[in-house]
Amino acid sequence: MVAAYKALFNLVLGFFLVLSLEGVGRKITARVQRRIGPPWYQNFIDVFKALSKHPFSNGWVFDFGVLMALGGAMATAMIVPMGSTTWTPFPNSDNFFVIMYLFAVGALGMAMGMVGSGNPWASIGVSRALTQMLGYELPYLIVISSTIFYYKTASIHKLVELQKNGWNLLVMPLGGIIAFISLMGMLGKKPFDISTAPAEIASGPMTELSGKYLGLLHIMHVFAMFVEVSLFVDVFLGGGNLGWYLVKFIVVWVLAVLISSVLPRFRIEQMLKFYWGVPLGLAFLNALFVLLGWTL
Amino acid sequence: MKERTIWEQIADSFRSRSIWMLHYCTGCGAMELPPTMTARFDMERFGITPMATPRQADIMLITGYLNTKTLRRVIYTYEQMADPKYVVGFGSCTINGGIYFDSYSTINRLDYYIPVDVYIAGCMPRPEAILEAFNYLMEKIRKGEADGWKRYKENYDWYKQNQIRSLGEVYVHDEFHE
Ligand code: SF4
Repeated sequence: MVAAYKALFNLVLGFFLVLSLEGVGRKITARVQRRIGPPWYQNFIDVFKALSKHPFSNGWVFDFGVLMALGGAMATAMIVPMGSTTWTPFPNSDNFFVIMYLFAVGALGMAMGMVGSGNPWASIGVSRALTQMLGYELPYLIVISSTIFYYKTASIHKLVELQKNGWNLLVMPLGGIIAFISLMGMLGKKPFDISTAPAEIASGPMTELSGKYLGLLHIMHVFAMFVEVSLFVDVFLGGGNLGWYLVKFIVVWVLAVLISSVLPRFRIEQMLKFYWGVPLGLAFLNALFVLLGWTL
Repeated sequence: MKERTIWEQIADSFRSRSIWMLHYCTGCGAMELPPTMTARFDMERFGITPMATPRQADIMLITGYLNTKTLRRVIYTYEQMADPKYVVGFGSCTINGGIYFDSYSTINRLDYYIPVDVYIAGCMPRPEAILEAFNYLMEKIRKGEADGWKRYKENYDWYKQNQIRSLGEVYVHDEFHE
């Protein structure tokens, strides 16, 4: 019972935290560009407005895909631990691989629904998103595998506990940096927002989404970002109570927003060359260091 | 006008604070949009952001003159948008034809073909005027007075008749595959 309440708390916190941080991110970007920018609660208004519209459907595959995407992302967000064993809803199943597999349910649901809309832009966007996944997952998984090898566990809350005497970021700084670069790709932040490029492919997968569907997918995106940043914070920035966790979450988020606010967009093949070049090589180097025991 | 329920009032106040726009930039008025969007006038502070497709958009900006060819596309685009949707007409060309009033290929009054919620006078309207118009539109949406989409549904036959009178047919032919 307690676990269920904690999972629910995860969802509520994730929703409000990430949605307001998105608004803060828009504000930061605006300040970097010397604009005033929208208020921090703008994204709440956007989501609720989108939910209040009268949308068009594109068949049951489309409807089901959107629901599956939202459900997958919510299920993953329920499992993710927040910085300590106390705030771990399901201590027996917060294994890294469980989270990764559940996460794929959401992504595949989105891919299915959006291709089901029958719009060519949506198909191009989905294929770009999957290509990008291929790009960032490879270095990311190699870094995570070295972490799992180093700490001899794949359970996230145990990883957090084992970092009591020093953050993983300090144990393997190289790995931390590469994971952060991969995180930028996961979040779809600026140099890697290829799949939704509005000016090129009319916002990609979202082309045919109207009203409520757009709102639901925005909420799915919110939970997905919550999971991604939480994983980075848990695996690399150690534990602490909920307050510390929030501080770390916000710092990582603001850093990602600042980097993205000054960069243009990669083309798809540039992105793949980038990820499979230096970051992948450094990830292998990092794995080698861990295998040889040359960690800090 | 009918009384709005409490939910509609709440929804309308959300709609007025978050406006996603689709700009149909065939007229000269489009030139005034970049300064309105960027650092000098910054329309994002009112929650107004450009969107990529008609499906996602709330308002459509018609930035100037329309000839019979583009009007077909405008009608298509307008009918693809999700309710509630609003239209802003830029410049005197959308009001009465402007300097093209006697041209053989342009239409004179946009209001005959799709319902317009706010007109901006001027040739071309400056960014201040555009922001003023957006504020007016937000006010109208909040009060529930911007009901162009309802008017289009109620008077569909009248609009269709006008469209067919000017265009012959509204259907857009696929020039490459037919
Ligand atoms: S009103 Fe003037 S500026 Fe606007 S489209 Fe017509 S001629 Fe151009």
